[in-house]
Amino acid sequence: VTPTGPAIARLALLGLLGCILQLTAVAQITIFGVPADLSPLLVCSVGLLMGSVPGALFGFSVGLFVDTALLQTLGISSLVLTAVGYGAGRLRELRDPAHALVPVAVGAIGTAVYAIGFSVMQFLLGVDAPVSLLLVREILLVIVLNTLLALPVHMLVRRWLSPFLPDDPRRRRRRAYTTGGLSPLSKA
Amino acid sequence: MYDKAVRRRRAVLAVLVALSLTLLTAYFGESSSGSLHGVQRGAMEVLAPIQEGANRVVKPFRDLFGWFGSTLDAKSQRDKLKKERDALRLQVTQLQVDGSENKTLRGLLNINTGGGMKAYQPVIARVFARSPSTWYSTVEINKGSSDGVRPDQPVVNGQGLVGKVKSVSNGNAIVMLLTDQEFGVSAKAARSGEPGSINPAVGAPGDLLLELVPRGKLVTKGEHIVTAGTVSTRLPSLFPPGILIGTVSRVDQGEGELDRQIHVSPAADLRQLEYLEVLTKPNTDLVASTGKSP
Repeated sequence: VTPTGPAIARLALLGLLGCILQLTAVAQITIFGVPADLSPLLVCSVGLLMGSVPGALFGFSVGLFVDTALLQTLGISSLVLTAVGYGAGRLRELRDPAHALVPVAVGAIGTAVYAIGFSVMQFLLGVDAPVSLLLVREILLVIVLNTLLALPVHMLVRRWLSPFLPDDPRRRRRRAYTTGGLSPLSKA
Repeated sequence: MYDKAVRRRRAVLAVLVALSLTLLTAYFGESSSGSLHGVQRGAMEVLAPIQEGANRVVKPFRDLFGWFGSTLDAKSQRDKLKKERDALRLQVTQLQVDGSENKTLRGLLNINTGGGMKAYQPVIARVFARSPSTWYSTVEINKGSSDGVRPDQPVVNGQGLVGKVKSVSNGNAIVMLLTDQEFGVSAKAARSGEPGSINPAVGAPGDLLLELVPRGKLVTKGEHIVTAGTVSTRLPSLFPPGILIGTVSRVDQGEGELDRQIHVSPAADLRQLEYLEVLTKPNTDLVASTGKSP
């Protein structure tokens, strides 16, 4: 999908609203002592819906916004979320997965990549902290929480971007069958 | 066409990664007053009001979720406190039991030392079974012949006379209580010194009668009744002298001396027996005075 002007505007608004919601609300609601993180879920969903390039660009932008808003080291979140968005987009481009639970799996994997990648980057930059059991527990809990949120977030993102999206794989395949696109009869 | 798309995709990725790494390197390398930090601060100043406004907007939702979280937390706290309460309740029960045992054992200690029971070589036993029948007032104790317990030996507790050993096995014994219909003991009124015989009042469980009292009118309500002990060496008593049996609860005056009934309330609370003492050498006094074993 090549984003057009309105699509880019929608993506920007999605990123802005998503990040503000994350910073002002979601980050302050802890479950089992950790908050969920919407940013990798948003990036995964955009990548899964629009492809690798929009996914990577969206990931980069969201990462930059998060780093800026939280006064973090610029570039860390951008780098990791770029990879996440690109990966999710490539999955769509290569496999075109149709299963309803794909967003859940992609959300979980994307969150894991983001959380672990972010931690690795921090260690590489010389943050003096041990790899404690607490850290591992937090990462695992964030992955679990995000896995639970992945499907609703994906549905919201899809709804938000629906005017600019091609048919989703399931609907496309269903229509192909009913109209004879993939039917053996159509070849006759 | 395909190659062009691939090249474009890879180029975008490379640019983004390079941009990220550049930002990272530049940001990491500069001081806190550097340009990137300045941009970041400027962006933050712009974003701060938006975030603040959004924070106010989403506060009710956050509070709602917080309420759920607090409720869950309160539930877990409640469950934890319930567990603690149950544990403390068990502890209190145990302490009450221990306190009760302590009181009983103190009573036994007093009767042994102050009451002079030590000479009769008491064996402390725990009651572990009780006859459910009101007609057979017996309890079972955890000491038997292997501990020196023999039939007919007197049984006391910290309050006074409880009964006597009815039968014995190797590790257990059955104690016949004062109120058992077969029980009887020679007694005397402690103050007036009037002799008599203590027997259970038929048809009145828990009540004792002081019978065969020569001058019953001298015995008054509230007087203590104790065991008489051996009066004649030809007919030694099973019970040592001076063990408190009970207190005169009432005196029913009859037509004559024979009709008078002296009711005695047992000193020992026979409904709540936990620890008892079996006096395994009840005739020590007799042996000391006569110089031979009875």
